[in-house]
Amino acid sequence: MAQQTRRLTAEAAPDRVERVDPSALNRNELRSTPGLYRRAWRRYRRNKIAMVALFVFVLIVLFVLSADMLSRYVTHVTYWKGNLRGQFLAPFSEGHFLGTDSNGRDILTRLAYGGRVSLLVAGLAVLTTLTIGSAVGATAGYFGGFLDSFLMRLVDVLLAIPGLPLLILIFALYRPNAAGLAIVLGLLSWAGVARLIRGEVLSIRGRDYVDAARVIGASNGRIIWRHIFPNIVPIIVVWISLAIPSVILAEAALSYLGFGVQVPTPSWGNMLQGAKDYYTRSWTNVFIPGFMIYITVLAINLVGNGLRDALDPRLND
Amino acid sequence: MARFVITRLLQMIPLLIGITFLTFSIVNLVPGSPVSRYEFNPRARPEDIERIKRNLGLDQPWPVRYVQWLGNVARGDLGISLVNYTPVRARILNVLPNTLLLTTTSLVFALLLSIPVGIYAAVKRNSWFDNVSTVGSIATFAMPSFWLGLLLILLFAVKFYEWGLPSLPVGGTRTLRGETGFMDRLEHLILPSLALGLVQLAAWMRYIRSSMLEVIRQDFVRTAQAKGLRDRVVLYSHAFRNALLPLITLVGLSIPELFGGAVIIEQVFAWNGVGRLINDAAQSSDYTLIMGAVLMLAVLTLLANLLADVLYAILDPRIRYD
Repeated sequence: MAQQTRRLTAEAAPDRVERVDPSALNRNELRSTPGLYRRAWRRYRRNKIAMVALFVFVLIVLFVLSADMLSRYVTHVTYWKGNLRGQFLAPFSEGHFLGTDSNGRDILTRLAYGGRVSLLVAGLAVLTTLTIGSAVGATAGYFGGFLDSFLMRLVDVLLAIPGLPLLILIFALYRPNAAGLAIVLGLLSWAGVARLIRGEVLSIRGRDYVDAARVIGASNGRIIWRHIFPNIVPIIVVWISLAIPSVILAEAALSYLGFGVQVPTPSWGNMLQGAKDYYTRSWTNVFIPGFMIYITVLAINLVGNGLRDALDPRLND
Repeated sequence: MARFVITRLLQMIPLLIGITFLTFSIVNLVPGSPVSRYEFNPRARPEDIERIKRNLGLDQPWPVRYVQWLGNVARGDLGISLVNYTPVRARILNVLPNTLLLTTTSLVFALLLSIPVGIYAAVKRNSWFDNVSTVGSIATFAMPSFWLGLLLILLFAVKFYEWGLPSLPVGGTRTLRGETGFMDRLEHLILPSLALGLVQLAAWMRYIRSSMLEVIRQDFVRTAQAKGLRDRVVLYSHAFRNALLPLITLVGLSIPELFGGAVIIEQVFAWNGVGRLINDAAQSSDYTLIMGAVLMLAVLTLLANLLADVLYAILDPRIRYD
């Protein structure tokens, strides 16, 4: 209870006292209360764990983006100078900060390039999922009736399909590149978010301001886009932050099984696949890529938890 | 209740038809076929390939084949493997017990550990135990299960063996040579079910904790305490019973995840189950074997969901399905 009160007072107290220039009222510059997202950011900033997680995530992104610079400034070994005599070097051996793999390639460099692929696949897959899911969910929730029940039965079917076997199957038969992989992942996993968005749209559709907009004569498209959509953005943001880790894990699992990102292109999952046959020779080879997956997923999960608490304080447990 | 179960079983039929139709169309719209391995064989003439195709029924358009397949399934015939011509049903039933053993063991393990830990964490809210278990579950939940499996192998099978400590087997369901008793099966089961169960354990622990916290706050718990009942009685026969309800739904919904996880874990530990069967079948475009295995997993998933709903109704008398 004490904590609750403290939080409330902190909420009510202005973060900084602004000196109000009376003429600002006339110039329409004065905002009485900060907006939803500014308040959410203030709440987020107070959450230490979430801030640390965000920092770690930014570090990972920077590391992944700096992939091109690693071989020039860190390893000093160009690609064509690597050879098989240099395989399974231990971490911290000269030039190879994290050692080398079974083909004598630098693990740090591959980790950065592989991270690019893993993160890009996750981002693209979530984008695909979101596009289809929100279109289906909004249509079903807004229009209701036959369309709603048809789309929701489709969602039921998709949710009941054993996902991983089907993905294995498609990728085994088709072997797409990383982008194709992401799109197929997205095409098969929109059912959950469609159901989520349908529920939200359904509850917002009945509000007075939606009726008011309709009375004014706004079209369906305008009502969905301008009056309903902004209200489900917080939920979508939280969903994205919790969906990305699960896609990263799915991609890693598929690549580990040999059905995901295909071998010359590195990804964290297929680095593990390459390392697993040699685990008696070098345990760091197995440990490092998995650890990157783990830290990334953990960081994004914690950022997601922080976002949920910041955007929707009612959901606090 | 019987009526509800029957209705739900009947509703499963269109759902299964939808699932198998989607899977069948995806399998068949994707390039590649079971006979493509003959195409680069110089001794196989085009007419031979045509003949093999005709014998396997692959010369027909896929919607026709789907209807035929569905008719056969209704009669309990899953067809024969298109690669080595063994009956699909026998091959699935052969490895299904292994998969069920693995998933049930990890389910039981996760439940047995998550329930007491979750309850204790809720009762001693904000104690060091609560904090440690919360951090532990968040940390475990983010772990890729196959990586966890590899690390378990590295530590308990490879390193322990090198250090001369009692070590566990690297993989497989049992020792292939010599006497294979109960202990041998158990030794092989420990690591895979640990790798599969730990992630579920982490999720359920958090869930039981928050659901307990919600129930403890309610009036009937305070009434029970006010009556002078012992803490243990209040906890287990008043609070926990009510906190259990959402857990059943959660467990029911985790069944597909568990089967999906088993597909990966079976590969990591060379566990001879349905997951490995799917892997092999996918590698060789064995349509009938894939369809059989997917159907089997879908049926198991739907049955598990139904079981969760029925249990829910039995445990919560307020819920009436008819």
